Amino acid sequence: MALDYSKKVMDHFMNPRNVGEIENADGVGEAGNPKCGDIMKIYLKVNPDTKIIEDVKFKTFGCASAIASSSMATELIKGRTVEEAWNLTNSAVAEALDGLPPIKMHCSVLAEEAIHTALNDYRKKNGMAEIPMEHHED
Amino acid sequence: MFVYLDHTATTPTSPEVLQAMTPYFGEIFGNPSSVYSFSRKSREAISKARGQVADALNADSSEIYFTGSGTEADNWALKGTLEKGKIAGKNHIITTAIEHHAILHTCEYLKKVEGAEVTYLPVDSEGFVSVDDVRKAITDKTALVSVMFANNEVGTIEPVAEIGALCHEMNIPFHTDAVQAAAHLKIDVKAMNIDMLSMSAHKMYGPKGVGALYMRKGLRPENFVHGGAQEHGRRASTENIAGIVGFGAAMEILQTRLADDIAVNSARRDKLIAGILERIPHAKLNGATGNHRLPNNINFSFIGVEGETLLLDLDAKGISASTGSACSSESLDPSHVLLALGLKHEMAHGSLRFTIGRLTDDKQIDYVLDVLPEIVARRRAMSPLWEDYIKGEK
Ligand SMILES: Cc1ncc(COP(=O)(O)O)c(C=O)c1O
Ligand code: FES
Repeated sequence: MALDYSKKVMDHFMNPRNVGEIENADGVGEAGNPKCGDIMKIYLKVNPDTKIIEDVKFKTFGCASAIASSSMATELIKGRTVEEAWNLTNSAVAEALDGLPPIKMHCSVLAEEAIHTALNDYRKKNGMAEIPMEHHED
Repeated sequence: MFVYLDHTATTPTSPEVLQAMTPYFGEIFGNPSSVYSFSRKSREAISKARGQVADALNADSSEIYFTGSGTEADNWALKGTLEKGKIAGKNHIITTAIEHHAILHTCEYLKKVEGAEVTYLPVDSEGFVSVDDVRKAITDKTALVSVMFANNEVGTIEPVAEIGALCHEMNIPFHTDAVQAAAHLKIDVKAMNIDMLSMSAHKMYGPKGVGALYMRKGLRPENFVHGGAQEHGRRASTENIAGIVGFGAAMEILQTRLADDIAVNSARRDKLIAGILERIPHAKLNGATGNHRLPNNINFSFIGVEGETLLLDLDAKGISASTGSACSSESLDPSHVLLALGLKHEMAHGSLRFTIGRLTDDKQIDYVLDVLPEIVARRRAMSPLWEDYIKGEK
């Protein structure tokens, strides 16, 4: 299938930001894509006083949009509070990438879900109740 | 650098072929069905091309029917034979799980619309169909056996001559999709017991949009394209003369160089395969080896990476290739061929196909061996699946 990705997608795919792992992360989350079997893993470092995400890293097994979405999503939540990060939607990620082909929208869902899972892991580690996660298609 | 390694998708029309075709777009435009003498040139051109295709296959001219594509030839063979078979109470087709969609989707259509029963034979881990499985699948309702000559994704060459012999013994028509094989192998329809065979010109340096169906004398499947009396009254519509001329020329040129092509391509194929195995850890070759593999096909799985990312990384280096990854298909399902070979989803995900041909040279093979290891390593380094895989290894 031929795909014409935006320049931004190609940029984040060719030079992904924040790739890697964080040792002793404050929150770790993994999401899998039931559609095509892709996996994304997110690591968070959260400042205990300000609740600001000071560092974030990811690893992704998936297509170019999955990698670009991971890269963009980590950029968007870095320096934000955990509350702000929770409100990041997949469509905001896609928009920041100047759009994704319709068939590739689900790849951005992977990023949203991985972040939610990591934030819930952070909440659990800090004695807070987990927030129920919505699963949605695109 | 432009390194085209997708000759199985299509090939460029060669300059000699284009030259042979050119007069038939303008100068010699007569409708072959017309009576006046001007149109005789058009008839003669088609008849020459029919001979060129027939000679290459050891068939008779009267057994070659030009079509609009390889896909149409497949559709005709299956639909026409099933419809004919149904009249005699035979509604069963035997085919394989690794056919091209031109066959598989036609079978699904026949199930739905004609109430056909279809047996999809499995293949082993290298992609081979077993002749014994064909034998066991045959019933007194079997109208047709259709097994591809060589697979387009992994290059495995099927035991068509044996399957053909079995079909003849059981008196069942045998069709083979040779769209890939005809571009790379010597085919003798008589020696190989083939009753029907599909071909396509654009896989062999001919033009797109023209194919052919070989049908052994005496076979009378129902027509597929209805209308005028072209192609001996069996395939209607005014002939694509330039395309047909191009197909004939491409076929004839191919025969003159086939032995050399096979030797050169096989050597390059094996060099690329050996080089990848040597330079990239945990690389798995998909398909068969040696003479049982199309001389131009290289197909690997790299655990931990996804194929579309490899294609884009290669494209950035000027290399055109192909993948069976789910992420790269409209349906988001991985290649049915790789799954039929028993590959796990994540292995199909990391599949990469190179198909070499006339645009390939040794320098390009070295170039791929130069850039591919780093591409795979870089994408693996950002993959959680690779991380888990390596941990599991330790
Ligand atoms: C095995 C096989 N069968 C059929 C086809 C379809 O041929 P065409 O493109 O001429 O319709 C192809 C081409 O991709 C093929 O590889
Ligand atoms: S991750 Fe599979 S299609 Fe994007």
